[in-house]
Amino acid sequence: MTSPIETDVAIIGAGPIGLFAVFELGLLDLKAHLIDILDRPGGQCTELYPEKPIYDIPGLPVCTGQELTDRLMEQIKPFKPEFHFGEMASALEKLPDGRWKLSTDAGTEIVAPVLVVAAGGGTFVPKRPPIAGIEPYEGKSVFYAVRKMEAFRGKNILIAGGGDSALDWTINLAPVAAKLTLVHHRDGFRAAQHSVNQMRELAAHGKINFEIASVKALHGDNGMLDSVTLSSPDRPEWKHACDTFIPFFGLTIKLGPIANFGLNLTENLIAVDTAKFESTTPGIFAIGDINTYSGKLKLILSGFHEAALMAQAAFHVCRPNEKLRFQYTTSSSSLQKKLGVSG
Amino acid sequence: MKIIATDRRGQIHEIEGREGWSVMEMLRDAGLDIAAECGGACACATCHVYVTDGWFDKLPPRSDAEVDMLDMALAVEPNSRLSCQITCTSELNGIKVTVAPE
Repeated sequence: MTSPIETDVAIIGAGPIGLFAVFELGLLDLKAHLIDILDRPGGQCTELYPEKPIYDIPGLPVCTGQELTDRLMEQIKPFKPEFHFGEMASALEKLPDGRWKLSTDAGTEIVAPVLVVAAGGGTFVPKRPPIAGIEPYEGKSVFYAVRKMEAFRGKNILIAGGGDSALDWTINLAPVAAKLTLVHHRDGFRAAQHSVNQMRELAAHGKINFEIASVKALHGDNGMLDSVTLSSPDRPEWKHACDTFIPFFGLTIKLGPIANFGLNLTENLIAVDTAKFESTTPGIFAIGDINTYSGKLKLILSGFHEAALMAQAAFHVCRPNEKLRFQYTTSSSSLQKKLGVSG
Repeated sequence: MKIIATDRRGQIHEIEGREGWSVMEMLRDAGLDIAAECGGACACATCHVYVTDGWFDKLPPRSDAEVDMLDMALAVEPNSRLSCQITCTSELNGIKVTVAPE
C-alpha cells in the first residue's frame, strides 16, 4: 500500500471546468490533483462531442470540444497538475485534522483540505442493454470492456454494437476467440471506414460472423451464458450459442459514488452558495454542471466563473493564516512568473 | 400541437408541443425521465424514442448524423428516432412517441 498523496486541492473531474479550476487555483499557488474515469482530459467535450463546434466561449468565436480541451491543457501546463485517469472517485472520508481523504477504485488516496467536485453529470459508465435478467451474467460472461485479451481466448464470443469499440474489438478478438459473431441492428456502422472494411474482410473469409440482429434474451445458469435469443425485423427470433457477450453501446452518465459522499443533493445536483460555490459541507466545493443555485445555467462559461470564485475561497481554507492578494495577469509580475511568461 | 408520450412506466402523457422546438425539449420540460445528456446536439443517443401508430412515416427522414448516433442507442427498432431531431410542427399534431428503455 502506497502512502496517500498530500496536496492542496483534489478535483473530481477533468472536464473543461475541472481543468480551468487548476488555472485559477494555480494563480494562488494552490496545487491540484485531478481524478477522471475517462482515460483523457475533456469530459463530455471530448467523450460526447469532440468534433462538434462550440460557439459561446468568450473570445473564441468557434472551437471544437477537443480544441477547447487542448487549449485548456496548454493554459494550465505551468501549474503542473497531476492527473489520475481511468479512475473513479469512490469514497470520501474526513480526517481528524479536518482534511479530506478521497479514494479511487484503483486504490489512489488523495489527502487535501479542499475537495472540488467538477464532475458534470457524474461518472461515465457503459450503457447496459435493457435485457431482462442481465445482472447475474455481468462480470462472469457479460462484459462491457476488454481489459485482458487473454481472458477471451478460446471463447465463443458475441459482440453487439456498431461503433468503433464494437468494430475494433471484433477485429482484435477474432484471432483469439474460438468463434466470434458481431450483431448490429443495421448493415451500416458509425465506426471508422477502415475498421468496417477489415471486419467485412474477416466475415468474407469466414473468420467471424456478422448478423443484422439485436439481442433479446440471455440464457444460461449461474451467470454463465450458453446462448442468446436474436431477433431481426425480417425473420423469426432464433437462438445463437455463445458463452461470452460483450455489448458496446458507448457510455452514459450516472451520478455514481458521489451520491454517497454525504453531500446535500437536489435532484442529483450539489447545492452551493454563489459567493464561494461551496456546498453545505465546509471545504467541499462544486462547480460546473454538477452544482445548482438560483439562476444556474449549464454553460461552460458559467463554470469558468464558478472556478474563479471557488479558488479565492479555497485559498482561505488551504492557507488560513495568509492574506490573499488579488492580482491581474496583465500587470502582476509574480503571476507572470508562475505562468512562465515573465521577461 | 400535442404530443402523446408514453413514459418508461407505461404512463401516457399529453404534452403541449411548442412549434419549432424539439420533441426532446418538450418531453424533458414535461418532466419525463429522458437523459438528453448532450442537450440536443445529436451526440449521445439518450433521447431515444419509438414513434408509433403510423407517425414514423410522417416524419422527415433521419439525417446521416442521426442514423450514426442511433448505433449508440440501446434496443433500436425500425421506428426508433432521437427526439432531439424531431421538430414540433402543426403537421405533427397528435404524434405518438414511447420513451425507449434506458
